[in-house]
Amino acid sequence: MTILDYFLKRRKKSAVVAKERLQIILARENAEKGSPDYLPALKKDILKVVEKYVAVDYSQIQVNVENDGDLEILELSISIPELQEKKQAVRQ
Amino acid sequence: MAKVIVVTSGKGGVGKTTTSASVATGLAKRGHKTVVIDFDVGLRNLDLIMGCERRVVYDFINVIQGEANLKQSLIRDKRLANLDILPASQTRDKDALSLDAVGKVLDELRTTHDYIICDSPAGIESGAITALYYADEALVVTNPEVSSVRDSDRILGILSSKSKRAEDGGEPIKEHLLITRYNPTRVKIGEMLSIEDIQDLLGINLVGVVPESESVLQASNAGVPVIHDDTSVSGMAYHDIVGRILGEDLAMRFLEPEKRGFLKRLFGT
Repeated sequence: MTILDYFLKRRKKSAVVAKERLQIILARENAEKGSPDYLPALKKDILKVVEKYVAVDYSQIQVNVENDGDLEILELSISIPELQEKKQAVRQ
Repeated sequence: MAKVIVVTSGKGGVGKTTTSASVATGLAKRGHKTVVIDFDVGLRNLDLIMGCERRVVYDFINVIQGEANLKQSLIRDKRLANLDILPASQTRDKDALSLDAVGKVLDELRTTHDYIICDSPAGIESGAITALYYADEALVVTNPEVSSVRDSDRILGILSSKSKRAEDGGEPIKEHLLITRYNPTRVKIGEMLSIEDIQDLLGINLVGVVPESESVLQASNAGVPVIHDDTSVSGMAYHDIVGRILGEDLAMRFLEPEKRGFLKRLFGT
């Protein structure tokens, strides 16, 4: 990168960076807010069971609750290192 | 019908007590009988900002525990006859304020006052929840800064889930965004979140913007709420905010960088 590039390239203003970071974190925190309280505990229990058979990490388990009309769907997704795609859906 | 307004933020040091003092003073100046209550048990400061720290005899906890009656504990403002201050206790434990007991005190105040301003402690623990529980309206004090915006978002979640209105399933608390320490010059050069940014992120109505100003510190030094300083932009901004709380439609002011005249630019200040 030449000196000219340095002067020509307009750096992103810090206020823009702040807004983008906040948009992401607030969206994530608000999504968690609506979910049932038992989800973290459920995740831990599932991890214990799965760990008996394969080595997985807490971050590789994803639990989501979605509302589809009057039907509530609990979706559970576990990425297993060797077999990257394995998905289970449990319907309530 | 008396109104209970909580001044809250989640984050500390954003201007809750400054706002409580000025809004309460402004409402009283307009002729409404007003009481401002310090909910920050153990760290009372409203008395200092209101300039009545040497007149505190009984406090909120004394009232709740039956050691004094409400009339004995209310401190009459030295400038306005229709403004009372109920100080927090400096020595007691935070958990001394039970929800039921606070509810009874507020019910009594509702019969004698038009506006009850609750100055919340920082945080989202029991003290902050007690302060907002009975609120009809909320002033969410926010600085144009990432941690303050995030904490305000948390508090908005709590207002809509843990307040009495939320539990009773009634009409939700009316939420107002109040931005303090705003610096239009830094916003213009992209160094500070703008009003539009904060409104986008929090999604509530703006009740006013208080620009960063030297007069706020000078007012707290003297123990005179900044709204009494009619010459300062902060004082004028709080006057506008009080007007808007009362339902007046006032245009926002002081959102552009101050134009510095030739002489000012030459000699500074």
